[in-house]
Amino acid sequence: MPQNNIQLTVAVPDRQVVDAEVASVQFPLTTGYIGILPGHAPLLAEVGTGVLTYEASQGPQQHLAIDGGAVEVLPDRVRILAGKAERADEIDLERARNALELADKRLQLSSLEIDVDRAQQAVARAQARIGAAKGP
Amino acid sequence: MPSLIDLRRRIQSVKNTEQITKAMKMVSAAKLRRAQQAVVNSRPYSTLLEEMIGSVAAHGADEEAALSHPLLEQRECRNVQLLVLSGEKGLCGSFNSNVFKAARQFVDARLGQGVELELLGRKAVDFYSRRSETVSGTWEQVFGNVDYSTAETVASKAMKRFVEGEVDEVWMLFNQFKNVLNQETTVAQVLPILPTEGAADNGVGYEYEQPPEQLLGALLPKRVVTQVYVGMLDSAAAEHAARMTAMDAATRNAGEVLEKLTLYLNRVRQASITTEIIEIVSGAAAQE
Repeated sequence: MPQNNIQLTVAVPDRQVVDAEVASVQFPLTTGYIGILPGHAPLLAEVGTGVLTYEASQGPQQHLAIDGGAVEVLPDRVRILAGKAERADEIDLERARNALELADKRLQLSSLEIDVDRAQQAVARAQARIGAAKGP
Repeated sequence: MPSLIDLRRRIQSVKNTEQITKAMKMVSAAKLRRAQQAVVNSRPYSTLLEEMIGSVAAHGADEEAALSHPLLEQRECRNVQLLVLSGEKGLCGSFNSNVFKAARQFVDARLGQGVELELLGRKAVDFYSRRSETVSGTWEQVFGNVDYSTAETVASKAMKRFVEGEVDEVWMLFNQFKNVLNQETTVAQVLPILPTEGAADNGVGYEYEQPPEQLLGALLPKRVVTQVYVGMLDSAAAEHAARMTAMDAATRNAGEVLEKLTLYLNRVRQASITTEIIEIVSGAAAQE
């Protein structure tokens, strides 16, 4: 019998952010975004930085900003270990915008003086937050 | 015989002490609840991490070529680092002294090996500031509100030193929270990471987006950090539990002392009244 739902769990070190039955979920891997529907082949992968979107069995789409970690996908279950994860309503949009501006500025400076990797990560994190807070 | 005023003063002072210990007990109880909640909250993450490492490691076992990683490397042990997790404050029974005693035993057992101590918690820092042991680092004010980033800093430093070969093993010594009345001083190995006991191979043939080695490389450092983090949470909970028990006992003792003192006070009071009456009666008798 085909399953209609996936059990989605998102855990960060100090709490469990999401534990819900969902119909589908999309999130970023280090190699790009992936969408999971029930019955997906088992998969282990590293999670990147970006917006996680899931559609609960009832109710609207939910967005989360996540950053780093790993994921285990089973046909009826998706479990994500994230370094950071924030629900859309927990995100301070103003702060994320400021962070994005600051990181962008740093990137435009002469590239020798700054840690480009770090600045790019900061940009990605801020964009993820803004994306999750604003929705699609 | 002590004067009545002295006794009353003494009783008042014991009463004051009793109130302080009672208040401390209640504060610890509240903090313990929060610390326990933090332990429970950290569980989904650490369980899942453990399972995923198990899955990846099991996969590696199939592929003959065992997975290798700098953090797994077993070396002949010349230098050991011991993370000592103590409390931030005293008045918690034998909580701190148990840790120091165990640290002493650990050092004594490592004859001929250099042991360096990494101290977490103000009590340990105070204790070892007057001693000759080698201290590689100190962290104070870390248990008030246990923070993952603190654990990350501590663990990263240990991992760096391990990978660079400055130390060959890293252990962690802490009070494990068993229940409110019981804390267990525990020594656990942090590095090299020991293969997970009975690595749960759930028999699923996973697909890998990245090579398993790379995934393992991402997961293993997290496991070290999480181990330190969970240890710190446990220790914080154990400290509050120990203080609560100690303060409960102190409050009960104060009650007993009060009872005895009050009884004694009444005896002294009666004795002095009796003496006065006898004096009056005999004085009156002498007049006749």
